[in-house]
Amino acid sequence: MADLIHMSAAELSSALAAREVSSVEVTTAHLAQIDAIDGNLGAFLHVNANALAVAEEVDAARAAGEPLHALAGVPVAVKDVLCTLDMPSTAGSKILEGWIPPYDATPVRKLREARMILLGKTNMDEFAMGSSTEHSAYGITRNPWDGDRIPGGSGGGSAAAVGAYEAPLALGSDTGGSIRQPASVTGTVGVKPTYGGVSRYGAIALASSLDQIGPVSRTVLDSALLHDVIGGYDHHDSTSIPTPWASFTDAARRGAASGSLAGVRVGVIKELDSEGFQPGVRAQFHATLEMLAAHGAEIVEVSAPNFDYAVSAYYLILPAEASSNLAKFDSVRFGLRVTPEGTPTVESVMSATREAGFGDEVKRRIILGTYALSAGYYDAYYGSAQKVRTLIQRDFAAAFDQADVLVSPTAPTTAWKLGEKLDDPLAMWLSDITTIPANLAGIPGMSIPMGLAAEDNLPTGLQIMAPAHADARLYEIGATIEALLDAQRGAPFHTLNPHFSAGGNR
Amino acid sequence: MPEITEETVSHLANLARIALTPDEIAKLTGELSAIVHAVEAVNQVATPDVPATSHPIPMENVWRDDVVADQLTTEQALAGAPDHDGSRFRVTAILGEEH
Repeated sequence: MADLIHMSAAELSSALAAREVSSVEVTTAHLAQIDAIDGNLGAFLHVNANALAVAEEVDAARAAGEPLHALAGVPVAVKDVLCTLDMPSTAGSKILEGWIPPYDATPVRKLREARMILLGKTNMDEFAMGSSTEHSAYGITRNPWDGDRIPGGSGGGSAAAVGAYEAPLALGSDTGGSIRQPASVTGTVGVKPTYGGVSRYGAIALASSLDQIGPVSRTVLDSALLHDVIGGYDHHDSTSIPTPWASFTDAARRGAASGSLAGVRVGVIKELDSEGFQPGVRAQFHATLEMLAAHGAEIVEVSAPNFDYAVSAYYLILPAEASSNLAKFDSVRFGLRVTPEGTPTVESVMSATREAGFGDEVKRRIILGTYALSAGYYDAYYGSAQKVRTLIQRDFAAAFDQADVLVSPTAPTTAWKLGEKLDDPLAMWLSDITTIPANLAGIPGMSIPMGLAAEDNLPTGLQIMAPAHADARLYEIGATIEALLDAQRGAPFHTLNPHFSAGGNR
Repeated sequence: MPEITEETVSHLANLARIALTPDEIAKLTGELSAIVHAVEAVNQVATPDVPATSHPIPMENVWRDDVVADQLTTEQALAGAPDHDGSRFRVTAILGEEH
């Protein structure tokens, strides 16, 4: 048997069910990896002291013959944006330092009901505002492929944890690419489900019309397994979609077994195949398209002219909604309170608290959002941005008339150097150009590894998008593409990592 | 659009209840001008005939039965508060001396 941390969740599930390994052994192996490398990697903000105790309970239940979920006893990491009863939940912000919520987020509750092992909480840009995880109040996370580079963001902690074999699975949140872009730059898999596909109850809100919770893993099948656990209707979230979902696990298994893309129309979005993208990313993208065509896919070019306005619309809608959502951090019900000198009032306490508790990027976006929602400017900014959403939805509708799935590079570049874009917020924001349209339209998107960019030997990601509600199509076609790429390469992509491959940590 | 000045940012900071320092206000004034200039592009295509989209998956009238459920106890609700008296959140004076 492969050593436990290098096994997929699907493999661990089989080995646990066959009683070849115990959950205590699996959990111990992952905790040991965290202990060995996380001081440098920085993927975790908190490690669950109770993990082994839960693993013991699962092993006892299995020994007693209790019926168990397929993922029972399999470890999972949780992005710190999700509320957890027994662990601090900070969303990467000082304003929530040490806060222990009085309830579990629904996706977390579902992990516990499946008796999965919560390893801990992962680092993120403060309130998920960022594309590099450098905006966390608790320090940076490093890229498992190159410790001097960013792991993407905002979910850099979850992606790095999975990429460095600290966990086989993790949860993320994706408002403008925060699951898919970290997956791309760390050579892992990440899925943003259809808006409403996974409950956001207990997810600390960034932009409520964009946020979605989803799975992070090293294989498409593992993301499908986790999505099946966390997805589905929840009356606590009014935007939750009430119709039932087919098994994503079945879709992924079907796709992996098929080996052919015959009859699949793959749309290449002209506006997201830009000459401005990094040459090695474009080269991998075009090589992947050729491989897809060689296995029967019909490649069609589609145009989405309004994508040129997507980043602008996003950076009006997100700050506007964030400025409203973050008003709850008022120093009264939870989190930090800073009392200024003199004769303070509740308002001066609130202002002093928010000044001390929020980082620069959060302040920047709250001020921008407050401006965009100001009397006299609302129609010109927030209102116009909402119209652009309509235009982008129409572009997607026209594209999906011609294609079953749409593809693009997940990110315009590979991982950049830590600090490189910190002083230029607009440059950082533009790195999300490929992922933002799916959030604006509410459609599902997936990132899988394509290959290494020639100029820097760093991972590149293929983004696959499907129409709203067609998440199963993503898993089926994504698993086929992954299997074809693995066959061509002769090994799963993650085994190429020179620092964390099966030979051990270097 | 009108020029964004330090007075604009100072006013926005007050509306947003963030006690920005003079340095932060100066820095944000420059950044906000550049950002607003960039995002104004939305007005090139947001013509009057285009309807607005507020939520990507349209839903209307999401109801639930009016029954008490999922309540926190007082103790749970107060557990994360910076200050409380055992049954209520305790805050600083609502009115200042000038009121």
